[in-house]
Amino acid sequence: MEWTKHDLLDLHDLSRAELELILKTAKSFKEVSSREVKKVPALRGKTVVTLFFEPSTRTRVSFELAAKRLSADTLNIAASGSSLSKGETVLDTALNIEAMNVDAIIVRHFSSGVPSILAENLRSSVINAGDGCRAHPTQALLDMFTIQERFGRIEGLKVGIVGDILHSRVARSNIHGLTRMGASVTVCGPSTLMPIGIEKLGVNVNYNLDDVIQESDVIMLLRIQKERQQEKYLPSIREYAKVFGIRQQRLQKAKKRVLIMHPGPTNRGVELTADIADGEHSVILEQVTNGVAIRMAILYLLLGTKK
Amino acid sequence: MDADNIRRAVSRMSHEILEKNKGIGNVCIIGIRTRGAVLADRISQTIKEIEGKEVPVGILDITLYRDDLTMVASQPVVHETLINFDVTDKKIVLVDDVLFTGRTIRAALDAIIDFGRPANIQLAVLIDRGHRELPIRADYVGKNIPTFIDQNVHVVLEESDQKEDKVVIENKIV
Repeated sequence: MEWTKHDLLDLHDLSRAELELILKTAKSFKEVSSREVKKVPALRGKTVVTLFFEPSTRTRVSFELAAKRLSADTLNIAASGSSLSKGETVLDTALNIEAMNVDAIIVRHFSSGVPSILAENLRSSVINAGDGCRAHPTQALLDMFTIQERFGRIEGLKVGIVGDILHSRVARSNIHGLTRMGASVTVCGPSTLMPIGIEKLGVNVNYNLDDVIQESDVIMLLRIQKERQQEKYLPSIREYAKVFGIRQQRLQKAKKRVLIMHPGPTNRGVELTADIADGEHSVILEQVTNGVAIRMAILYLLLGTKK
Repeated sequence: MDADNIRRAVSRMSHEILEKNKGIGNVCIIGIRTRGAVLADRISQTIKEIEGKEVPVGILDITLYRDDLTMVASQPVVHETLINFDVTDKKIVLVDDVLFTGRTIRAALDAIIDFGRPANIQLAVLIDRGHRELPIRADYVGKNIPTFIDQNVHVVLEESDQKEDKVVIENKIV
């Protein structure tokens, strides 16, 4: 299997063999982060820029650490405090950054499709760090990596994705990735937050959380995105927590080795209670650790060799 | 070289390692993926048969330290490095199958030094085929084979290639 892609925009574009190569490469990079000297010279002399139009801690820091551990130079640009607030278009900003000879641009934007437009117009590699409600490929990859590490496989597992499916790019990327790897995915959430026609992506829809808990090997919770939440979707956050929140008593019917995942940031007491978030089934912090390994693998595959 | 020659060479190199280091106190073996790792296992097995003690063995993947990484066209697959001991103050025997330009060894030396500060690093290779591009030499050599620079030296080992052990020299197909 040889890597030929120039950008990482959406898991939908990747074959199973490509997904497997990323997961395998990430396994090797995880070891690098556990060393005393957490740095290898693979991307010496390369420059990686993060261009974020939405707030982020985890993803941006994770990409930056990944690049640094590969010896690349990094630069961070946030929408506020840049010329974007003076009216420059996204593409102009990106072209200007590229004119300074950078090798990769990691972009997050609140509008779906921005990374694809940049990829069409730039010579540098574009990595999607989340665009609107469309895709967040590295999050899905790190989720898949965590699942594979815990179960030794992805094929044949039952994964329940619970929460605001409508606004979730994490859900969409996970659906594409997990189904391609042979997992069976069920989505669950309030009907107002369930996109019409989601079954066409090859998933089951179930509105009863207790059924989903009972049959799943992995329960992936999505954050209630208060910034994308107009009051009309939910009667109240309290009601959501009551109907779709995970708590100890509910988990009693779950499989013994069930994994509880959350892409963060968690709203404790909403998507899950604090004791579950810190409990034996939770792999929330492991997901964060694995995120660096996955992003190192992506940077290495996209930038490691002459294209 | 056939399987018997390889077995004898590994056995002799194991003895030499013991002789030079006066036993196995503080000695650790690190094999370079893929075939160096196989040879490292064999050497440690042989040493165990002679001395009755285990020598720690590690596996090193040097892909990320290659000096030609940004120049090769296809992506070399990165494999895991497994070194489960602290290299600081140890005598490290680095093992590879073929010593050629010396660039792989340069990369391996950099990688090992990122793990700590060994007391010394020694080099064991099954085949030394000449044509060095860097000032590097081996401490233990299975066999010196003079070659032309455009020939290929293939080491086949049962564990990694599922075929009987042998060393073959091929002329590159033009």
